[in-house]
Amino acid sequence: MKDKLKQLGRLLITFAVVGVTTFGGGYAMLPALQREVVEKRRWATDEEVMDWYAIGQCTPGVIAVNTATFVGQKQAGVLGGIFATLGVVFPSLVIITIIAAFIQNFAHLPAVQSAFAGIRVCVCVLILNAVVKLWKKSVVDWKTLLIFIAVFACSVFLSISPVIYVLAAAIAGIIVKELEARKS
Amino acid sequence: MIYLRLFWEFFKTGLFAVGGGLATLPFIYDISDRTGWFTYQQIADMIAVSESTPGPIGVNTATYVGYITGGLPGAIVATLGLVTPAIIIILIIVSCLKKFRENRFVDHAFYGLRPASAGLIAAAGFSVVMLALVREDAFKASGNILDLFSWKGLALAAVIWVLTNLVKKTKDLHPMFFIAASAVVGILVF
Repeated sequence: MKDKLKQLGRLLITFAVVGVTTFGGGYAMLPALQREVVEKRRWATDEEVMDWYAIGQCTPGVIAVNTATFVGQKQAGVLGGIFATLGVVFPSLVIITIIAAFIQNFAHLPAVQSAFAGIRVCVCVLILNAVVKLWKKSVVDWKTLLIFIAVFACSVFLSISPVIYVLAAAIAGIIVKELEARKS
Repeated sequence: MIYLRLFWEFFKTGLFAVGGGLATLPFIYDISDRTGWFTYQQIADMIAVSESTPGPIGVNTATYVGYITGGLPGAIVATLGLVTPAIIIILIIVSCLKKFRENRFVDHAFYGLRPASAGLIAAAGFSVVMLALVREDAFKASGNILDLFSWKGLALAAVIWVLTNLVKKTKDLHPMFFIAASAVVGILVF
């Protein structure tokens, strides 16, 4: 019992460290994960981390959370999965709450407003860069190009829940591949 | 019951946002459209904060939206909502891991999901462009096509694009650096 608690505590702290040293999206987490989980704790090998990572990427949800759940589950079962996940989100909760509170209090100042006007321009470019990166990996033929254009156009001009697009695209992917398989 | 709704909205986001990073963005725009809890402008600011603070972007945005909507309890509830489906799904998959990875339907579904995710994020980016670079009101007021765009904004965007894509020295700098620099330019020029 005591050992179990100790183990859960260690999972929580290790993943809090991973969370606090990760800047940005899923991919950014890999170096922190390798350092903390593979080199320091020796909970997994590099190959295992890559495997979890690949699975984290092809399941719904935030990649960092998926990977944390995987590692935690492997170490200490279901509770381990939950504790590792709580660890990875804990730093975000604290830091973002403080910043959000700060911004809400100072958002009316003209200097803060023009700072954010500049920042928004930067965000446009950052999103563009992210989309280009994703595009290179996902738009591999004319069918995937069609899916990209259809989803983009529909979500700019219509207000339908993105859930519908995600489900439709998954079904489209399966149908296209099945038809291809039958042809050959 | 705002906390219950927050949890449910972010539960859906966690369940359907595929591909990490900015994949939660289209869902957050959708929540804004339907609930009016926060504005597009707040979403753009939130992206900047999420990119320049530690922690996964998806989690950061959930916490931020939760805080704006319902204070500290809101932040906690939204974040838990986001991670709950992931925990459930991963714990299920873990028991049939190999089968899942080798399942051809999963593989084929992702063939369609990836470009869709890119399209959804591009559309979310389009909303930020409309907000940051296009001056619809000024154009309507004057009828002059030159007033449609924020030229200072476009110039700044071009500079950042060049620095993040073409210049070797600055290409791999952390986004935080560009966000901070843009804030300074914003204060001085906008």
